[in-house]
Amino acid sequence: MDSFVEQLKRGTEEEFTEESAWDGSVVNTTSSSLPTVYLPLLPRYLWHPTTRGRKATEFQETKKACLNYIQDALLQHQWQRAAEFMTNYLETLESTSAEKRMAAPEVIWRIGTEILCHHPKSSIEEFNYFAERMKNLGVKRYLKVCLEHVFHLLCNGLIDDAYQNLSLAEGWRYGEQTVAQDKELKLIQAYKGLLDYYNWAKKRKAMLELDGNFADSVEQEMHSFFRQAAVNLKEIIKIPGVWDPFVKCYVDLLEFYEDYDEVRQVLSEYAYNSKFPPNPNAHVYYYQFLKRQGESKKTLKSVLKILHEIVPSHELMLEYNAMLQKSKKRKNHRLGLEIIFTLLDFAGWKEHVKAWSCLAKQIKQILENSSKHLDWVTEEWNSRKDWWPAFHFSHYLAKRNWQENESLACEKALVAGILLGKGNFKSSSLLPGIEILASSSFNGRGRV
Amino acid sequence: MEEEDTRDYSEPCVQCSVVNWGLTDEGRFYCKSCHNVIERTKEVLTSDVVPNTKIQSISRGFRKRKKIDKGWEWYVCEGFQYILKKQAEALQTLGVCPQMKDEILCNFWRRYLQKSKQAYCTTPASYTSKALSMSDISTDVDSEPERISIHGLSSFSESDGDLQTESSFGHVSSIGNASARETTSICSGSVDGGSYLLKRKKGNLRMSMPMTLSFCYIALLWLREPVTLSDLLRFVIDGHIPYLNAFQYFPEEMKLYGVDLKIFRVESWPVYEDVHNKMSELAAFLDLPCFPAITDSCFLHPNILCIKYLMEANLPDELHNWTCRVVKKINVGETDFLTLDPVNKSARKVKYDVLAAAIIIVVLKLLFLLDDQYEWLNANFAGKRNQKNKEGCLWFDFKKWYKIMKKSVDVEQKKLDEERARCLWKCEKPLFYSAKEKSVVLKKRQMVVNLQRQFGALSGSMQVAEKQSPSSFQLNWAEENTDGNCFHGHILEGVLQEKGNSLTTMNTKYWLCTVKLCNEKICGHLTHYKESDFPQSYQFVLNLFSFLLRVPASLIHEEVCLIEHKLFKTKLHRK
Repeated sequence: MDSFVEQLKRGTEEEFTEESAWDGSVVNTTSSSLPTVYLPLLPRYLWHPTTRGRKATEFQETKKACLNYIQDALLQHQWQRAAEFMTNYLETLESTSAEKRMAAPEVIWRIGTEILCHHPKSSIEEFNYFAERMKNLGVKRYLKVCLEHVFHLLCNGLIDDAYQNLSLAEGWRYGEQTVAQDKELKLIQAYKGLLDYYNWAKKRKAMLELDGNFADSVEQEMHSFFRQAAVNLKEIIKIPGVWDPFVKCYVDLLEFYEDYDEVRQVLSEYAYNSKFPPNPNAHVYYYQFLKRQGESKKTLKSVLKILHEIVPSHELMLEYNAMLQKSKKRKNHRLGLEIIFTLLDFAGWKEHVKAWSCLAKQIKQILENSSKHLDWVTEEWNSRKDWWPAFHFSHYLAKRNWQENESLACEKALVAGILLGKGNFKSSSLLPGIEILASSSFNGRGRV
Repeated sequence: MEEEDTRDYSEPCVQCSVVNWGLTDEGRFYCKSCHNVIERTKEVLTSDVVPNTKIQSISRGFRKRKKIDKGWEWYVCEGFQYILKKQAEALQTLGVCPQMKDEILCNFWRRYLQKSKQAYCTTPASYTSKALSMSDISTDVDSEPERISIHGLSSFSESDGDLQTESSFGHVSSIGNASARETTSICSGSVDGGSYLLKRKKGNLRMSMPMTLSFCYIALLWLREPVTLSDLLRFVIDGHIPYLNAFQYFPEEMKLYGVDLKIFRVESWPVYEDVHNKMSELAAFLDLPCFPAITDSCFLHPNILCIKYLMEANLPDELHNWTCRVVKKINVGETDFLTLDPVNKSARKVKYDVLAAAIIIVVLKLLFLLDDQYEWLNANFAGKRNQKNKEGCLWFDFKKWYKIMKKSVDVEQKKLDEERARCLWKCEKPLFYSAKEKSVVLKKRQMVVNLQRQFGALSGSMQVAEKQSPSSFQLNWAEENTDGNCFHGHILEGVLQEKGNSLTTMNTKYWLCTVKLCNEKICGHLTHYKESDFPQSYQFVLNLFSFLLRVPASLIHEEVCLIEHKLFKTKLHRK
C-alpha cells in the first residue's frame, strides 16, 4: 500500500493524458468491461459492443465460485476446507440447467476421490461408500468408476475386495451402454484375469506346501482359477496394445500346464504382429521363452537380431555378441564387432567393464589374427573417431575411472591405446609397444 | 369442492343455456338456474386423462391412482400470500412494529388482489385451462428456456439413462388436437399456474418473487420504519427473511410442481434496482395516495442516514455538517422531494440509502478532491502534524484511513464471497416438473443428502456457526479501542479554513464525474460507470459504499452525478 501512495505522489501523468483524449462531450460508455472498438467510419453508437446471451443465474455463478475455492484448497492441500466447500458444490447435481446437471457427476467424482484419498480422517470405508454412490450416479460412467475404484483398492493392498468388485463389474450389462463402454469392460476383464492369476499362484504355492487330502481341493480351485484367468488374458492380448504384465502372467500359466505351442503362438504374435505397437519387451519375452525351450542358436540369434534393430543398447546385446563370437562364420564376427561398438555408443554403457573388455578382446583378436580384418575396425572407428575421444577418453574421465574402477580403466586404456595410437594400426608386432604407450598415457600407473 | 368438479364441464344446459353446474348428493350434475339434472356424474371427470384418447365410458371400479397426489386446489396468489405472511413475520421478529403485518401489508395485498381482479371483486378472472401454446409461456419468462419435448416421453440420447431433461413440460397432450371440450391441464400444482405466466394484459401487474420484497418495502415505507431497501435485501441474502425456498412454508397439501416452479423457484438474488422499480410500479398500480411524509426527524431523511453511513465508513463526525449543507443546497431534504407520491408519475423515486451514500461521496470530493494527488499530500501533512502533537485532537489522515478501511473491507469482502459460495440453494422439499421426474428428483436429493453428510463429517468442526443476529451496522468502529482505528473523533483541521464567519474548504477545485447526463429512456440509466475513467481514490470510496450497501457501484455513481449536477447547476448552465 505504501508503494501505491508513492506512485501517486510522484505524479502519474498517464491517466490524465488519457482523460484529456476524450472530447468533453457525451461519453456513452457501457458499464461493461469490454473495450471500445474504434472504427472511424462506423457510427458512434456501434462502437461499444454489448453482451448478448442468457445471463447465468446466481446459482450457477456461486457454484462456479465454489468450484474455484475447491480447486484452490486442493492445490494447497487444505483437505478440510475442500470438503467443506464440496458439501455446497454437491448441489450442482440438482441444477436446473440440464447440461450442468450432466457435467456435474464427473467433476464431483474426481474431486471427491481426490479429497477422500488425501484427507487425514478419511478411511477406506469412506472411499468405498463414496465409490458406490458414484456408481449409482450415472450409467455412462459406471464401468470407469468401477475400474478406478478397483485400482484404488489394489493400491491399498485390498486384493480380495478388488476381486469382488471386478467380478461384479464384469457381469454388468446395460443394453447399448455395454457396447459404448466396451473398452472399460475389456480392461475390467483383463484385470480380473490378472487377479485370477494371482489367486492361482497363491493356490499353487499352497498346494506345494500342503500334501495329502487337502491338496486335491486346492488343486481343483487352482485349475478353476487357471481357466478363468486364461480366458480373460487370452482375450486381452489379442487387442493391439502393450500388455506386458498380462503377457507374462499368461505365459507363466501356460508354461505350468505345458502348453508350449500356445505360448509360442502368443509370444510371436505379440512380438511380430505389426498391428501391435513396437515393444522391445515383447522380443525379450519371446527370446527368453525360446531359450528356456532350448531352441537352436540360429533361432535365438534371429530373434535378437530384430531386437538389435529396435534397441541397439539393450542389455541382451552382450549375450548376442557372445553368441556371435562363438560361431564360426566370419560375418557373425563382423556383426558382433558392430554390435559391441554400437553398444558403447550409448551413455548407459560407458562404465560397463564387461562391454569394454569384450571390445578389447575382440580388437586384440583381430589384430593378432594377422590383421586380416583390420578394415573392420577401421570402418567402425571412422564414424566414431571425431566424438569417441571426448566421449570416452577424456582426461577427466580417465582420472575418475582410475579413482573409482581400476579394471574399467585398464580395459579402456587398452582400447584407447589401440584406437588412438599414432599412425594406422600396423602389424601385431607393434602391439606390445602400443600397450606400453597406452599405459604411459595414464601417468604410467596402468598395467596391462 | 363442488366447484372444482364442475368447473371443467362447460356445456350449456339444455333447458336454460346457462353454464352453471352443481352436484347433487348422489354426485350427478344439475343446472343451478333451472335445476335440471343430467346424466353426467362426477366419476367421469375424475378419471385419469389418457393422452390422445377420448373418454369412452364412465369407468367405475378400479381407478388408476395418479402418481402425483392432487392435494388441494390452490391459486398462485394464495401461494404468494403465504410467502408474504412469512416474510412479514420475519420482519416482525427483527423488530418492525406488528402493525405492518396485520394492517398495512394485509391491506396492500388485498388491494392488489382487487386491482388485479383475482379476488375481492365481482368477476374474478376465469381460469379455463385452455390448451396453451408453448411459445407463449417460454417467451414471457426470463429464466432459462428448457428444451421442450412435445412427446415428452422419450429421453434424449445425450442425457443420462435415468434422468430426463426438463422435457416433459407438462403432459402436453393437447398440443395439436386442442379442443375446448377435452379436459387438459398444464401440469402444475396450482390451478392457474399455466395461465399465470402468459403475457399479462396491459396494466396488470404480475406477482413474482422479487415483487414480494417490493410489497414488504412499500409497507415499511408507509410506516417509515428504519429499514432501508439495501438493509432489507441484505437481510434476505443473509437468510433472515424467507425468500429462497420460501415455498417450503406452504402447507403439506399445497402441491407444487410443473409450471409453479417457474414462479416460485428462486435462482438469483434480488437486485436492488429491480425491486425498487417494481415498488414504484406497484405503488402506482395500487392507486395509493401520497405516503406519510418523511421529515427531518425520520430515519430515511438524508441527514440521519448520513450519520449512519458516516459511522459505518469510519469517517469523522464533523463531516456531518457538510452533508447537511449539501443536502440543504440541493434541496434533497425537502419533504416533498423525499416522500413517495404515486400520483406524481414524473417525480423521480428516491433511493434513500444510495442518496445518502452519494452525498457523503460528494462531500469527500469537495473536501479532499479525490484526484489521486491532493488527498495524499494533505494526508502527509496531517500525518506529520499528528506525529508532533500526540495529545489533543487528531487531524483526519486520509492515508491512514484508507489503509485501515481497505484492509477491513477486503477481509469482509472475502468473507462475503465465501459465504456466497457456501450458500445452499436447495431445500428438503423437492421440486419436479412432472410425475416422471419425481422419482428421479427424489433419488438425486437423497444422494446429495448422503454425500453432504459424508463430506460434512470430513469438514470437521467447521460447522455452520449459527447466523449472527442481523444488525443494521456491518462494520463497527469503537472509540474505546486503543489501536487508533476509529476516526469518528478526528477533526478536519487540515482541509478547512476560516472565511469570514464560516468555514470553507481549502481545496478550491472540483472535478465533475460527468459533464452531461444521458437520456434515461434510451440508455436505461443517466450515467454509465467505467472504472478506468476515474481516479483510484474515487473508485475506492465508491467501492466502499458499494460494499456497505450491496449495490453495484454504477448505481451510486449515477446518484453522485445527479447530485453534482444539481449542486453546480448554475455553472453548468452558464456553459
